[in-house]
Amino acid sequence: MAVSTQPPAKLRWGELEEDDGEDLDFLLPPRQVIGPDENGIKRVIEYKFNDEGNKIKITTTTRTRKLANARLSKSAIERRSWAKFGDAVHEEVGSRLTMVSTEEILLERPRAPGTKAEETKVAGDPLAQMGKAGAVLMVCRTCGKKGDHWTSRCPYKDLAPPSEGFVDKPAASDSAAAAAAGAGKSSYVPPSLRAGAERTGGTDMRRRNDENSVRVTNLSEDTREPDLNELFRPFGPVSRVYVAIDQKTGMSRGFGFVNFVHKEDAQRAINKLNGYGYDNLILKVEWATPRSN
Amino acid sequence: MRPILMKGHERPLTFLKYNREGDLLFSCAKDHTPTVWFADNGERLGTYRGHNGAVWCCDVSRDSRLLITGSADQTVKLWNVQTGAQLYTFNFDSPARAVDFSVGDKLAVITTDPFMELPSAIHSGESVLVLKGPQGRINRAVWGPLNRTIISAGEDAVIRIWDAETGKLLKESDQEVGHKKTITSLTKSADGSHFLTGSLDKSAKLWDTRTLTLIKTYVTERPVNAVAMSPLLDHVVLGGGQDASAVTTTDHRAGKFEAKFYDKILQEEIGGVKGHFGPINALAFNPDGKSFSSGGEDGYVRLHHFDPDYFNIKI
Repeated sequence: MAVSTQPPAKLRWGELEEDDGEDLDFLLPPRQVIGPDENGIKRVIEYKFNDEGNKIKITTTTRTRKLANARLSKSAIERRSWAKFGDAVHEEVGSRLTMVSTEEILLERPRAPGTKAEETKVAGDPLAQMGKAGAVLMVCRTCGKKGDHWTSRCPYKDLAPPSEGFVDKPAASDSAAAAAAGAGKSSYVPPSLRAGAERTGGTDMRRRNDENSVRVTNLSEDTREPDLNELFRPFGPVSRVYVAIDQKTGMSRGFGFVNFVHKEDAQRAINKLNGYGYDNLILKVEWATPRSN
Repeated sequence: MRPILMKGHERPLTFLKYNREGDLLFSCAKDHTPTVWFADNGERLGTYRGHNGAVWCCDVSRDSRLLITGSADQTVKLWNVQTGAQLYTFNFDSPARAVDFSVGDKLAVITTDPFMELPSAIHSGESVLVLKGPQGRINRAVWGPLNRTIISAGEDAVIRIWDAETGKLLKESDQEVGHKKTITSLTKSADGSHFLTGSLDKSAKLWDTRTLTLIKTYVTERPVNAVAMSPLLDHVVLGGGQDASAVTTTDHRAGKFEAKFYDKILQEEIGGVKGHFGPINALAFNPDGKSFSSGGEDGYVRLHHFDPDYFNIKI
């Protein structure tokens, strides 16, 4: 037979294959299961046609493991095979009483692991933020007590003269801002009066802000005030460090201010740190331009 | 984790209970039919039909053969766990609220509500003993160690320890340190040495079973309807949320229908598990400590199998 077929079969083997394939094309080799071996590794080989009609071989390797902690008592295993009763007997197929949640539910930590209790809810409600900055922020203008209560809650409120302009232009007055921030997102609060913003009191603050103030931009997002302090401290005494924090996200906005006690220290810091690589970013350090007002 | 949602009840859940081995979960709801589920995959095994009122509480015997349920239809029924057949009915003159099998399953403590000028009462066994006295509903009553005592708590916010034999009142919780409002739930630790109570005064308190001294207080920001203690880790879970009738009157996020995890010892919050869209009325921990379930006013039971990282949580 081999001799007789040889001469006409001058064909190339590739074509031969094609002829053979004509009737066998739709047949797929059977599914093969190998294992599981002593390591619990099981190999399943399957064949199928893909979208273009080509045969493909799929090898699935799985490892089956016995769960060590899937211990069940004898009676529990017996209960597993109990017949359904009550309403569960004739349960409609489509009723789907038991479903696995499509939503992934996580145990939501109140704060990131490893942080201290004081740092909770940075991005939380404005009240919490006020509480954080509490000591500085919460100053009662009526009795002058710090950190105890707001002006509006002052026990001596009735004794004090009414504060002028409180009703007329609420946004301009300190207490209104405090009240507004406390009340939540309802009303506009100027950025300078917002909870996160550093502010102690009128003129004192302005003078200090303008004096020997250095603006640092292109900070990385996780740079915080202590980091900046550490960075600028070697140049001389620093009176204030401030990193702008986004109110909504609680993330750094990427810039901050550092105030030096001595102007020459500030100049040295600018000379040295402008263009300094910090946290993979190149810092831009310059004199802060005074506020236009 | 992806919780398993079980929607077998048509009314708010009232109570959840695992059997001793933790393979069955019993749920009670206001819809008259207690239900039993497989605790691993949430498949419904059966229902116990026969009550004619809201079912407030249940307990299962140690061998998982008997189920006792207390209902607002003024009866307490005993059931065959496997077949759902009614075995016995205790009839009372007022709605039954709490039920608990004693150690050995020979006795059961049953509380009944004040009703039609009848005072609330604690019954034990085939009315071996009836205790009367406390004002208002008794929401929970459980057996103390060795069946010597019965611990009760309820609407008058006082926890009482009674002598189970004579019916004498042995101890009352301190008004100063105790709860200020209705105690909604009470659960014993796995070894019975201490128990946890949850109250509408937005706190849960941990008490010593023998001396009734206050050990810990867990403060939360909403009424506590249900409490559970992990048998595995030093965690307690508080469930609650604002009263269903007050939901529409406040901010949509203020409902706080989460199960809150607290560290049992440090009293610090570990985290919250969200999901229910109504207050949580019932909580239960699987005796193996690897899953817990919660039942809500929304009629769902949510069965949570913990992720592996839950077991390594550090504060």
